[in-house]
Amino acid sequence: MGVDRRKFLKIAGVSALGAAAAPAKEALALEWLDKQLEGFTIPEFLLHLFHKPAGSQPAEALTATRWAMVVNVRMLDEEIAEACMEACHKIHNVPHIENPKREIKWIWHDEYEHVFPGQENEYIDENLQKLPFLVLCNHCYNPPCCRVCPTKATFKRKSDGIVMMDMHRCIGCRFCMAACPYGSRSFNWVDPRKYIKEKEQNPEYPTRTKGVVEKCQFCAERLAQGKLPACVEAAQEICKRKGKEPALVFGDLDDPDSEVRQVLRSHYSIRRKPELGTQPNVYYVV
Amino acid sequence: MLEKAFLGGRKYWIWMGCLLVVMGAGFISWLYQFRIGLGITGMSRDISWGVYIAQFTFLVGVAAAGVMVVLPYYINHYKPFARITILAEFLGVAAVTMCLLFILVDLGNPIRALNVILHPSPRSILFWDMIVLNGYLFLNIFIGWNVLMAERKGSPPPGWIKPFIYLSIPWAISIHTVTAFLYAGLPGRHFWLTAIMAARFLSSAFAAGPALLILFCLIVRKTTKFDPGKKQIQTLGGIVAYAMILNVFFFLLECFTAFYSQIPGHMHTIVYLFRGLHGHTGLVTWMWTAAFFAVVSLVLLIVPASRRSLDTLAVACVTVFIATWIDKGVGLVIGGFIPNPLEHITEYVATVPEVFITLGVWATGFFILTALYKVAITVKEESGA
Repeated sequence: MGVDRRKFLKIAGVSALGAAAAPAKEALALEWLDKQLEGFTIPEFLLHLFHKPAGSQPAEALTATRWAMVVNVRMLDEEIAEACMEACHKIHNVPHIENPKREIKWIWHDEYEHVFPGQENEYIDENLQKLPFLVLCNHCYNPPCCRVCPTKATFKRKSDGIVMMDMHRCIGCRFCMAACPYGSRSFNWVDPRKYIKEKEQNPEYPTRTKGVVEKCQFCAERLAQGKLPACVEAAQEICKRKGKEPALVFGDLDDPDSEVRQVLRSHYSIRRKPELGTQPNVYYVV
Repeated sequence: MLEKAFLGGRKYWIWMGCLLVVMGAGFISWLYQFRIGLGITGMSRDISWGVYIAQFTFLVGVAAAGVMVVLPYYINHYKPFARITILAEFLGVAAVTMCLLFILVDLGNPIRALNVILHPSPRSILFWDMIVLNGYLFLNIFIGWNVLMAERKGSPPPGWIKPFIYLSIPWAISIHTVTAFLYAGLPGRHFWLTAIMAARFLSSAFAAGPALLILFCLIVRKTTKFDPGKKQIQTLGGIVAYAMILNVFFFLLECFTAFYSQIPGHMHTIVYLFRGLHGHTGLVTWMWTAAFFAVVSLVLLIVPASRRSLDTLAVACVTVFIATWIDKGVGLVIGGFIPNPLEHITEYVATVPEVFITLGVWATGFFILTALYKVAITVKEESGA
């Protein structure tokens, strides 16, 4: 596999010369190198050696130091839950695979007793039992999946605590799936592209190959564009229409005035399997 | 010395040919898996590791068991084991090779396997497992080969090999400890999250590995002019007896904690394995078979007469092998995923291509083992040992 030579030189040149170098001089040097290398394709791994992402955020980006979500389950209904799932899975090209053994899901819903095993009791409010509890990656503050990954293909982003995946680095060992206490990770057992209808595909978001693990990334790509996560947006839209409080709230835990902090201040909340010390960043108001 | 592996009789070549056929079938199945993806296996979103990782786990134990021969010989100067250390070391080589192959066939992206070295992650136990397994492979080839070369020349092994031999002893313990840590440090997997996991692994390894070695010694005794020695085999039998008793004892300790505490998470998997959970009984027959063979093996090993007789000892070793293989190669890994983190139950059955790949890796191990044993035994026959 090779990359476009011109693109490679640009990236390599920019990294090597640094931002301070005179642009004209840099362009000249690149042009000269490009001529010298006529006819060569550069292997992809060289690109990785030279390319150090700058890590800057576009001006419109939503930023935080600890992103979190609050799921207000009393506001949830089947319609909202399904809308959240559809919004997420469509935007992220999550394939629709019928076989539950091969299925890929980033966000889905389940019953209280399955989302909070061990906390159920016989006499619990029947309505609560029936509510569609939305579940997704908890973006743990102390994520076991990142700890066990042998290649750092899954990692917690330092700037905002989002637990992310590098689909190009994942070797598919599935250690992270064994380590995740919430069953939040899916593996591409087969080529997922066959299960995405062409006209429904979102060209803005990459599809994945077989053999890699994937999961919710708190819509890091949307946050960078100043948009809320797809599920949050979808839920808030419907709740507004129905005149309910928002079922999903998203914000910065480190900001005492953020919406998530306000909700957590005014409502009693629980998290999944708190005894494991993973410190989920997804909270449930029940 | 390797040329001796090419000088065999008719039976030797028929055996090697059969192994090559199985290896070929495994390789073709693997090509199929490589093209379609791991979806050709019985694994799923819930049971994300299957028979491959289970075999890997079991075989790390077999590899580690070489230390049960090396340690008495080099540390306690138990001289009779001099005859069979090479057999133990070469068994280690074959077993570790199988381990590495099982990891490789389990990867979703085998061509990216070197990412483990390109992006070293010391916080991952898998990274350390890669280091200890490859190190152990190197140590066993290096020590085994050098000691055998010396034997061929009729001279004692070179002095500088000693530090490597001493290093190989804790190293053998490390490979199985680190492998246990792959499981024992995962929050939310109750069946694996137990402090005696490494101890259980070592005890079952020191039962299964020497049991296998005894069987190989008996085969070598029958098919070649080299006799590993009755005394050696009986001593190994004693080791298997102790280890198997500990192995069963450790398992009962797990049962006590689970069922006396009555904590549901601790009981679920054990109940699933032996009685079935919510109507799912996929592994019950397997586990009771293991339990039955474990009891039979204990009787045969504990009664002195049956332990000392080579015939009944051979039967005991087969039962030990079956019991420990089911326990670790089926129950431990699959069971750990049941129920899933949301307490749903998905069961697992290996598929045909998956079984072929598994057999292919085993055949590769036996191929390597046979070739190495051929070399070692020819040297021993020539030196008149």
